[in-house]
Amino acid sequence: MTLLTSITAAVICTIIWYRSEQRSEMKLGFLCLMFWSASLMWLVDAFFEYAELGADYFAPEAADMLNDLYLGLSVVALGLIIWLVVLLIRDPKGIVRDTLFRKNQ
Amino acid sequence: MACFLVPTAEAVVTTIATKVIESKEKENPSKAQAEEVQELPVTKVPFSRKMKWLNSMLWGGSALLAFEHVWHGEVVPFFPFLTAAEDPASAAEMLHEMATAGVLMAVLVTAVWGCIVATVNFMEKRAAEGNTVKE
Repeated sequence: MTLLTSITAAVICTIIWYRSEQRSEMKLGFLCLMFWSASLMWLVDAFFEYAELGADYFAPEAADMLNDLYLGLSVVALGLIIWLVVLLIRDPKGIVRDTLFRKNQ
Repeated sequence: MACFLVPTAEAVVTTIATKVIESKEKENPSKAQAEEVQELPVTKVPFSRKMKWLNSMLWGGSALLAFEHVWHGEVVPFFPFLTAAEDPASAAEMLHEMATAGVLMAVLVTAVWGCIVATVNFMEKRAAEGNTVKE
């Protein structure tokens, strides 16, 4: 479920990246790469789990699924927070700089 | 258990490598910059920028995976930070997981990055050939 959630986030971010004209300024590429990379890592995890559990891997308990979904959504929220922090630190449009160092008129 | 440490270690190495490559590119203007000077419409993406894609993948993916380990109680905010490091049997299991799943994660992410870079290089080549034909 965590893998599915992160892949969904990666696909949505990639579509937004493709459609947006401000992809570079908004650092959308970073967000896409982060979610795709996390998805690849969870894919490896899933592969090892499948090797251990076999077909049972595809029939998880409802409680486990819910917990994994909760984890997946939390991971997406954390990814968005990391992206926002990077965006505000890099500040490509200079908005944070302008706000902080604006002279009082 | 601690598989995210392998991509994190790779991220440290690639970040240092990126800084070195970046400084070398600044010292010796690359072919990409030379092309820009000649006012050709096609410019090559500097290798340091391609390395930054790999850094984003490794750091970003590792951060999210580390969070999952915190979620499952495998990483704790006090010494020894990894619950598996508390006894030798768990530590051996953790090292085995790092050597299998961790290494495979790092290899897979790097391989996907390699495919992206190869595709970009191919597109640059084709675009450059297109310009030569036009001239």
